[in-house]
Amino acid sequence: MSNDVPTDLKYTKSHEWVRMDDDGIATVGITDHAQELLGDLVFIELPEVGTELGAGAECAVVESVKAASDVYSPLTGEVVEVNEVLADAPETINQDAYEEGWIFRMRLAAPNELDALMDADSYAEHAESDEH
Amino acid sequence: MPFIPHTEEDVRRMLEVIGVARIDDLFDEIPADLRAQPLQHVPEGMSEMEVTALLQARAREDGLPVCFIGAGAYDHHIPAAVWQIATRGEFYSAYTPYQAEASQGTLQLLYEYQSMMTALMAMDVSNASLYDGASGLAEAVLMAVRVNRKSKSRRILVPRSLNPAYRQTVHAIVRNQQIELVEVPFDAATGRTDMAALEAHAGTDCAALVIPQPNFFGVLEDVDALTAFAHANNMLAIAVVNPVAMAVLRPPGEWAGQGADIACGEGQPLGAPLSSGGPYFGFMCCKQEMVRQMPGRIIGKTVDLEGKAGYTLTLQAREQHIRRSKATSNICTNQGLLVTAATIHMALLGGEGLARVAASCHANTVDLLGRLTAIDGVERLFDGPVFHEGVLRLAAPAPDILRSLAAHNVLGGYDLAHDYPELGSAILVCATELRTSSDLDEYATKLARIMAARSQAKCPVEPKFN
Repeated sequence: MSNDVPTDLKYTKSHEWVRMDDDGIATVGITDHAQELLGDLVFIELPEVGTELGAGAECAVVESVKAASDVYSPLTGEVVEVNEVLADAPETINQDAYEEGWIFRMRLAAPNELDALMDADSYAEHAESDEH
Repeated sequence: MPFIPHTEEDVRRMLEVIGVARIDDLFDEIPADLRAQPLQHVPEGMSEMEVTALLQARAREDGLPVCFIGAGAYDHHIPAAVWQIATRGEFYSAYTPYQAEASQGTLQLLYEYQSMMTALMAMDVSNASLYDGASGLAEAVLMAVRVNRKSKSRRILVPRSLNPAYRQTVHAIVRNQQIELVEVPFDAATGRTDMAALEAHAGTDCAALVIPQPNFFGVLEDVDALTAFAHANNMLAIAVVNPVAMAVLRPPGEWAGQGADIACGEGQPLGAPLSSGGPYFGFMCCKQEMVRQMPGRIIGKTVDLEGKAGYTLTLQAREQHIRRSKATSNICTNQGLLVTAATIHMALLGGEGLARVAASCHANTVDLLGRLTAIDGVERLFDGPVFHEGVLRLAAPAPDILRSLAAHNVLGGYDLAHDYPELGSAILVCATELRTSSDLDEYATKLARIMAARSQAKCPVEPKFN
């Protein structure tokens, strides 16, 4: 496992990352490890803006040439923005999973849920054990 | 060669190894009341000679009647070459081989089929077939609920003028998925979907409106108004069409300018003979932006490493071998052989040939309806224009009249009493391109005699001697 798991993000066991922005909005994507497992992405099914999501709810689908995988909402909240770039350029996630490849942004209903997510070290450990 | 590879001894030894007494014990976790019971009415096996004799006797019972029944399955001419080619060893399989490295011929044929269907329907994409028209509509309903994210209701508007077998099938398939089918009545004068009744659903949350063309009564629906209504109310428009009719009518992709969203229907009229209800096949097309929610196989055209054209399954992430329980459907292409026949059928007829078949069916049916309504006690029920079927009301019980006609080797039509008791004694009649002028004469002459005999019998008979 590479050591490039950003330390300023929170992570889920199902390989999503969350970045808390200053405006109280969380940005969500899938990790570099996840995109590596999936391979070349060919389609991203984005959530609808305005959708209310519970923590753990299916909210997007990432489809590669060899598999399709659900993306689960790490937290409870409302989808306020989706990354429209992914509609025409799903490979953006392969190229830059943590920045340009973000999937959606959500307004949190219960910000304290963040505390239950993993930090970079725990996630790196989880991802490594996941490979075996 | 035994069809079941395990001998009783094999089974006994396998059970012994895993420590289970009887095969039934392996199914212990299924509650007893949910298990299928042994079949009660299946007789003992017969020899080939006995079966041949039995089936020949059954076939003789059918006689060689002249068929004026449509109601969802149609008696069309099938060029002899269709099944001659379809039953060649290279094609002859109910299942469709998909290995791109071994099945280029079959895959190319399916690709051609999809291309023909999209041309006929004026839609963007087609799948490689479904089981039949009715289950195809059920798949379209499930797809519409997935696609229409503006709708939260899982309600679907279904016209009463849609084939009753389709309504029942869709209900059976979707009812346990909390999808509600809401019936829209038809106009008693025209036989079309009642626009005023439909307007009552304006502004309500429904995922889709089903639009049959022609409808079960053979009547042409106002598809532009229906499609426009659906889209104005955030509903998808699901077209259920007769593929032959689409050779002369405006296809779903052109309805109300922007087109229907999904088009499906029964493929039987394209090369499959009438045969006790099947096997037939269903077709489905949709708009490009919905393709990832479409069920079924899709064959794509690509190039290999050397740049040569090749064919392969595509968009497979929709399907059960990739997505498992989250697949769009568990459909495969069991009906590959019927699709093979349909592709050859369409290729032999061409667009012009198919249009001539459609025009001929229409002309024959209009001719038949004219001849039959000239008879006392027979009248047209709806005044809307029809494709190749029409509804007649009889001044006598329909079952009696149909039975009398059948005794004279005429299958006179489909009795509507069971599905539409509100229509009284009414039958649905159809005359395809196969019916000749003398067939129409024969039907009209016999029906006239039967109706006349019945009305005479109603005269009070005075005793000659008091």
